[in-house]
Amino acid sequence: MPHINLGNDLPGMRGLMAFSPATAEPMNLLAEILLRSNDGLTPTERELIGTHVSYLNDCFFCQHAHAAIACHYLNSDKELVDDVRENPAAANISNKLKALLNIAALVQNGGKYVTPEAVAKAKQEGATDKDIHDTVLIAAMFCMANRYVDGLGAITPTDLSTYPPRAKQVAENGYGNHIFSAKQPTAQ
Amino acid sequence: MPHIKVPEGVPGIRSLVMFRPETGKPLYELAQILLRGKSSLSEAERELIAAYVSARNNCMFCMSSHAAASRCLYGDEMDVVDDVLNDMQHSKASDKMKALLNIAGKVQILGKEVKPEDVAAARATGATDKEIHDAVLIAATFSMFNRYVDGLASFTPTDPAVYEEMGKRMTEKGYVLPPPAK
Repeated sequence: MPHINLGNDLPGMRGLMAFSPATAEPMNLLAEILLRSNDGLTPTERELIGTHVSYLNDCFFCQHAHAAIACHYLNSDKELVDDVRENPAAANISNKLKALLNIAALVQNGGKYVTPEAVAKAKQEGATDKDIHDTVLIAAMFCMANRYVDGLGAITPTDLSTYPPRAKQVAENGYGNHIFSAKQPTAQ
Repeated sequence: MPHIKVPEGVPGIRSLVMFRPETGKPLYELAQILLRGKSSLSEAERELIAAYVSARNNCMFCMSSHAAASRCLYGDEMDVVDDVLNDMQHSKASDKMKALLNIAGKVQILGKEVKPEDVAAARATGATDKEIHDAVLIAATFSMFNRYVDGLASFTPTDPAVYEEMGKRMTEKGYVLPPPAK
């Protein structure tokens, strides 16, 4: 049960955003730019970074919500998404993405954990300054979102079959206040 | 030295939002709403929550700048800022502020650390649902800002006078996006 009376029964971040639409607006704007941009990193890679950080922060709702979005982009390659979520070093992904996921994990620990060596490694694998910037900010943004969701005890569905319909909605329409104001998608 | 090529000599988050204004805009808007928007918590109190979380995250830039803004906003009662940063539980902050700072400190560790008892204790001092929400979101937001600023190793001035000026500007103008880097 949420720690405060949200006045709605929407799951996870959606319930919090419906409670506080004024702060939801810049948060959704930030997510839309950071997670949907196709400049440098792909939307899939961006969602995978968010998924891994949410896993490290032990946020059930966020890790499964964003894993489902990545899975949607990857035509349901759930195995790959699960590999990246839990152990990116061993996953079948590019060395560049591995190096960036390593930076994201360091950010999850704390900003000061990011070393010049970790950054140099990512650059060596072809990451640009903008890729590194976006990786750090995506990881930082999820350190916010995970704390917001769990810190207020947001409603967390444990039935994983409820996640893909919401993921499809985000994949098709992006991040925005529609995710809490529109009718909630359910399984067919 | 910053990990990426941001404008030289520009401190902290300012250099980062000049590097990437597209993400800078919603970041500054979020700070403005949370720290300056309509709330039953004063601007000084909200800046103090931000400074407290930044101190716990060991982010010198955010801690120094938001502590300076909070001192400026508290005016004659600015002592409470350093009092809280030194030892929150034994500080002269109100019981309600202490309960909200306790929640913010839990959020800084991880969302799940916030227990029903922490929330009940805040309610017992008169904190509303909106105030509890805002304390959690300010703490969460600074857990982002602190990582952004230090994760890219942005320039952190060490001269206290620089932060005093910054605090004044944050008090007078709020959070206004600087022009993008050329």
